[in-house]
Amino acid sequence: MLKALPLLEVTCKFGDDNCPFPAPGAEIFFFPPIASFTGPDGSAWEFNKPVLLAGIAALIVIIFFMAAFARPKLVPRGMQNLGEVVYFFFKNHFARDIIGQGGDKYIPLLMSLFSFIWIMNLFSIVPGVQFPVTSRFAFPLILSLIVYFTFIGVGIKSQGVGAYFKGVAFPDVQPRAILIILTPLEILSTFIIRPATLAIRLFANMFAGHLLLVIFSVSTWYLLNLTNFVGAVSVVGYVGSIASFMMTGILTAFEMFIQLLQAYIFTLLTAMFIAEAQSAHH
Amino acid sequence: MNWISAAGEQQNVLLPPLFEIVIGLVAFGVVFVVLSKLALPKVKAALEERTATIEGGIERAEKMQTEASKTLVEYREQLSQARQEAARIRTEAEGERTNVIATAKQEAQVVALQVTQNANAQIDAEKGKAVSQLRREVGEMALDLASKVVGASLQDDARAKAVIDQFISELEGAK
Repeated sequence: MLKALPLLEVTCKFGDDNCPFPAPGAEIFFFPPIASFTGPDGSAWEFNKPVLLAGIAALIVIIFFMAAFARPKLVPRGMQNLGEVVYFFFKNHFARDIIGQGGDKYIPLLMSLFSFIWIMNLFSIVPGVQFPVTSRFAFPLILSLIVYFTFIGVGIKSQGVGAYFKGVAFPDVQPRAILIILTPLEILSTFIIRPATLAIRLFANMFAGHLLLVIFSVSTWYLLNLTNFVGAVSVVGYVGSIASFMMTGILTAFEMFIQLLQAYIFTLLTAMFIAEAQSAHH
Repeated sequence: MNWISAAGEQQNVLLPPLFEIVIGLVAFGVVFVVLSKLALPKVKAALEERTATIEGGIERAEKMQTEASKTLVEYREQLSQARQEAARIRTEAEGERTNVIATAKQEAQVVALQVTQNANAQIDAEKGKAVSQLRREVGEMALDLASKVVGASLQDDARAKAVIDQFISELEGAK
């Protein structure tokens, strides 16, 4: 049975120089192209697994919400019930509690962000898929940029260009001399660190989570191969393989939590940025 | 020993390919447009309709409740009126009954009195008749007796008659 696994055909002896643990690295986040063509910028545009999964994630979100809300009934049934629970959560928790006045018009943005991110994260533990799309930096980055331009736009629209940027750069603090330190910090924090951390937080969490799952999965197979040998090596193989397998299970459960949490945090921060941009800076 | 697929020449994970950024933007854009233009307006409308329906239902129920309590008050009033009327009729009937009994008693007494009076009158008449007959017979008998005693007929003698009358009167007076 083990011979049927070409990637993990370990025939060397445990402890030999040429038989190391094949520790997975950054290369597991790169996929061969399914199709490739030259983009308008001249570079090769590769249609690969993450791109395909991003499209599928968008499709799943669209299908779910259309199934739930396309023909809404006065008395909700099935999918509509679930959809309404999600809708009311966003309406009450994000739009009302965090944004407040006029928050209802941001419900579509917040729901889209949360659902899209969560489904892309969830692919990490879907058997046969097992890759979090958000661990490719492009996706957190573009979503973060969308949020970035949204909250700046909201700030300009609700306060005016001058008032908004002045409010961010020169907060109402006493004594005024402290602005010498505070102004550069506020500008840096709002316009550079904020979008960067928003993107990196999601990316790094999903990247690290996927790496951990792969390490323990590989370790399960690697150590199971050692049971082909005799004596102490085979005992290490059995014990280590079972322990790694259990770790994979525990980490999968943990990842489920992290996936939801990261999608939630991304959305929560978006709502907070919008709320802050909407009201005059403190 | 290269266990993973051939894509693995080292690349920077923090340098995203433009194509993926474009796909991310397009995919999110489609999700956002579908949610904001199709799905959410529909559910919003449905929720507003539901609110209106529920509020309308509550209003209707409240109206019916008010009406029902009004009707109940009316019924109670009617019931108490009916009870009072019944009590009044009962009292009246009681009074009437007493009246009827009293009248009947009175009438019976009158009738009884009449009967008694009639009987008395009849008795008196009979008595008078008997007395006058007796008086005449006694007179005749006395006259006969006296005629027989004196040997002469005194029947036509006025004096004799007077004597007899006086005698009888004395008899009556002695009685």
